[in-house]
Formats: sequence, structure tokens, C-alpha cells
Amino acid sequence: MASTVSTPPTGTPASGEAVDPALERAAERAAARRGALLALPGFVYLGLFFAVPLAIVFVYSFATRSSTGRTILGEWSLRSYGRLFDPLVGGIAWRSLWIAALATAICLLVGYPFAYFIATRSPRVRGLLLVGVMIPFWSNFLVRTYAWRLLLGSDGPLSQLTDLAGLGPSRLLFTPTAVLIGLVYGFLPFMVLPLYAAIERMDFGLVEAARDLYASGWKAFRHVTWPLSRPGVVAGSILVFIPSLGAYVTPEILGGSRTTMLGSFIVRQFLSARDWPFGSSLSFVVMAVMLLATMVYFRVGGKTL
Amino acid sequence: MRAGDAVRPRGPAQRVLAANTWAVYVFLYAPILLLIVFSFNDNRIVGVWNTASLRWYREMLDNAAVLNALRNSLIVALASTAVSTVIGTAAALALERFRFPGRRVYDGLVYLPVIIPDVTMAVMMLLFFVEAFVIVQAVLGISPSLGIPTITLSHIAFNISFVAIVVRARLAGLDPALEEAAADLYASRWQAFRRVTLPLIMPGVLGGALLALTLSLDDVVVTSFVAGPGSTTLPVYVFGLVRRGVTPLINAVSTVMLVASMLLVLGSLLIQRRSPDRA
Repeated sequence: MASTVSTPPTGTPASGEAVDPALERAAERAAARRGALLALPGFVYLGLFFAVPLAIVFVYSFATRSSTGRTILGEWSLRSYGRLFDPLVGGIAWRSLWIAALATAICLLVGYPFAYFIATRSPRVRGLLLVGVMIPFWSNFLVRTYAWRLLLGSDGPLSQLTDLAGLGPSRLLFTPTAVLIGLVYGFLPFMVLPLYAAIERMDFGLVEAARDLYASGWKAFRHVTWPLSRPGVVAGSILVFIPSLGAYVTPEILGGSRTTMLGSFIVRQFLSARDWPFGSSLSFVVMAVMLLATMVYFRVGGKTL
Repeated sequence: MRAGDAVRPRGPAQRVLAANTWAVYVFLYAPILLLIVFSFNDNRIVGVWNTASLRWYREMLDNAAVLNALRNSLIVALASTAVSTVIGTAAALALERFRFPGRRVYDGLVYLPVIIPDVTMAVMMLLFFVEAFVIVQAVLGISPSLGIPTITLSHIAFNISFVAIVVRARLAGLDPALEEAAADLYASRWQAFRRVTLPLIMPGVLGGALLALTLSLDDVVVTSFVAGPGSTTLPVYVFGLVRRGVTPLINAVSTVMLVASMLLVLGSLLIQRRSPDRA
């Protein structure tokens, strides 16, 4: 998606006529000027309110923290980065990676057949089923997560159901399982929509050809459908994995004290522990890891989104 | 062999696919329905049903903190959507239709805010305003504080990129020859943009604006970092309440937020359906 689209600049005269090269260059320069002018507001805004803040976080990550929690700029050290190798941090990072990977895997496992089913309906049914996914996708994330707190609570319907079944009240709330359910619930549409887009625009004639050549249903899927839908798999996995890894709201609402994930841990450095340099180094590293993972993933899975 | 037979698995495989689909819909909607039902529960204890009433909705309307947070949310969402839609659309046009120096750097700058985790963005904005306030105080002698302006500025920063991506996707599917044809017919640049390009990209612009509005109304993490006392938005206020424990008031507020966002989506889907050409 970040690939360069080579559209000729709109200022170029129609081909076929002999054009004075000097004139052509002038037109090109004029087009470049107009392009730069259009880009300017975004450049200024994102430069000031995105690039500069990013640089400040980087600088803060080398600062030191006084005993009262004030950040001292000027006494530079690598202490915050050293703390990243603390076993406590390692444990939280490992747990976050695990939960995010598991959430991505479950979303893919459930979302793929789901998207496939929708994509192979008639256009009318397809549209309706798709709206059914879009509505929760666009609904307020916090509220949707909160709803699970009601559902999983110790006096909630799920608990009453297991109690009636003789299993005793379920104790899912405030466990890693609850966080996992919340993440899958929150990000499943992020998986389904790119998958649907990839499967829907697939040429199903290829699958039919494979079947005509006596491929079994599984073989046709394995060698035709799956490779063709790979861009959707890649895009969906990234869109689920990245927000799951940095999740803050879901573990705060559904998780307990023993299910701290990276997002909550970083926030705590700022809002309660008051260790800004450490929080800065953490958030910088998390961002760098995610960027790297995204780039590698896109390299491997093709560029199309 | 009828077309499509090879595509749609039959027999048990088909039944498994169908069952999975309906299970996903139950999974998607059960919590939402439960929340709506329980918002009408009169009981102070959230999980135990006694009678239906509008008690918590009345309580919500009498709650000054909720109404204030709602007002803040709307101001921030509308302002940040308006600004980011204009800047984002211009950025998309520049990237998709022009070559200019620094284009590659610009491309990265526009995409980065989408990939960056919420928490990092929140940290960035907080540290930026802390530093900026020091400079403002030194230069102008006034001491600004965190509040609605800082929330709005932060929301614009992440919304520009989302608008730009949506509009750019729409632009990429358009034939530039249409704009060139307008120019050949002696339309001025502004006329060509106003009469040809803008109407064609309008679904993308509206889609981007809707996404920006939704993201702004959804945001908890960035807002809670750059909000000052008394300037919380509705999601941040609700998040604070949820952390202290579940109350029936939250159910009522949540239901209102949920229904409002659903109406927004349904409305925009209907508008898109009526427009002659869909993306």
C-alpha cells in the first residue's frame, strides 16, 4: 500500500505533439509546486504534532528520573534501556506477545471460514451479512468491551448458565482468557474485512479448474484458494496483532492484576509510577518492534493490502 | 457443472461453514444485546433483573458530569474531524496526483500514525505538550494547561492519516484522464477540481470523515493522557467509572453511545447506497 503509484503529473501536455522541452520542464516544475502546496498543511501539522513529539519521546528515553519522580533532562543515561532486560518486563512482554499471537490465530481460524462463507453468497445476501459485521466494527470499542464484563461477571448470565449446568459459577473475569476473548471480540472485524475483500475478488474459475482436474476440495483450497487469499490473511493478521500487542483498554477492563500487558505497563509508568524515561524507552521500543514486524510481514506476504 | 458448485462446498463442509457463520454473529451481537437489555433493569445490582424501567436513563440526564463529558466529546470530535478531513484530503491528492520533492518522506510521515500503537501516541502527545508549555511560558509569559484544545490537536494528529488513506484508496481507483479531459476542455484547475475530482472522490472523503469521527469518539488512551481536570470526554469518563466498578448508570450511558454510533453507520451506509456510483 505504501508502494509508489506512478501517475503522471497532471501538468504534462498530451503526448503526440512536439513540445518545447523548456516548456515541458516549466510545466513539470509548476506541477511539483502545486503538489508541494497541497502537501504543505499536512507536512506542517504532522511535523509539529507527530515528528517532533516522536523525537521528544526518543530524547526522554535517555533522561534520568529523580527520587521524587521528576524527569531530569541533561543527565543522559542508558538506564531505561537497561531496565528492559528486567525479568519483570520480560515476563510482561512475553505475555503480551503470547496473548496477541493467540488472539490473531483465533481470529484467523474463525474469521477465514466466516469471510469465505459471506464471499460465496449471492450479492444481495452478501451485502446484508457484511453490514452485520460492519455495525459492531464501527460501534464504540470501549462499550463493546465493557459489555463482556457484564457477560463474564461472577453474577452474569454465563456464570449462571454454568452454575445451572452443575459446573459451578464460572470465574472467567479478570483472567488472561477474558482478555483473550475481549481482544478477539474487539478485533475480529479487522480480520474479516480484508479477508472478505481478498476472497471476494478472487477468480473462482481457478478453483473450478482445479476441481475439473480432479483436485480434491482440500487440495483445491490448499493450492488455489489459500495462496490467492494470502494478501487478506497478511493484512488481517497485522491489523489484529498490532492493536492486540499494544492493547490497553481491554486488559484494563477484563484483565486482573496478574494479566498486565505492555500497554497498561507503559501507561502506569506515566500516570502512577512517574518514571517517564522508562515509559518513553518502553513505548519507543514497542513502536520500533511493531514497525519492523509490519515491514517484514509485508515483504514476506506481498505488498497488496 | 453449474458455476459456483466448485466454490461452495456441499454436504458436511457447507454445514460447518454455515454453523460457524451463525456462531460468529451470536458472538458479535450477544454482548451488545445483553448490555441494551440490562440498561433497562431497575435493580441497583447490575446482574440481577427485577423490573424494567428508565430509571438509569433519567439518572444519566440529571448527571452533570456525564452531560459535560458528552459536550466535550462532541466538540472535540466535530472540530478534529473537520480539520483532519481537509488536511487529509489535500495530503491524499498531493501523494496520489503529484510528484514533488520530499514525497517519499511525506508518504512515510502520513502512514506512520496509523501503524503506531495508541499508547506510544499518547506518550508522545503528553511529552510534547509538557515541553511546548515550557516554551510557550518562556516566550509569551502565559501558562497554558491541558484541556479541550490539547485533546483536539492530538485527535487531528492521528485522524489526518486515516482520512488520507481512505481518500487515497478512492483516488487510486479513479482514471486521471477524467481530470485531464476537463483541463482539455478549458476548465480552470479549480473548476476541474470542483466539478470533476471532488464529486468523484466524495464517497472517499465522506468515508474518511466518518472514520475520523468514529476514532475521535472512541479514543480513550490518547485523550486520557492529554485531558486536563474537567475536560474529560465521554469514553474517558465511562472508562474511569468502569475501573471503579460496574454500575447500572454505565449501562445506560453505554447503550446511548452504542445506539448513537450504530445510527451513524447505518445512516452513512444508506447515503452511500443512494449515491449512483459506489466504490
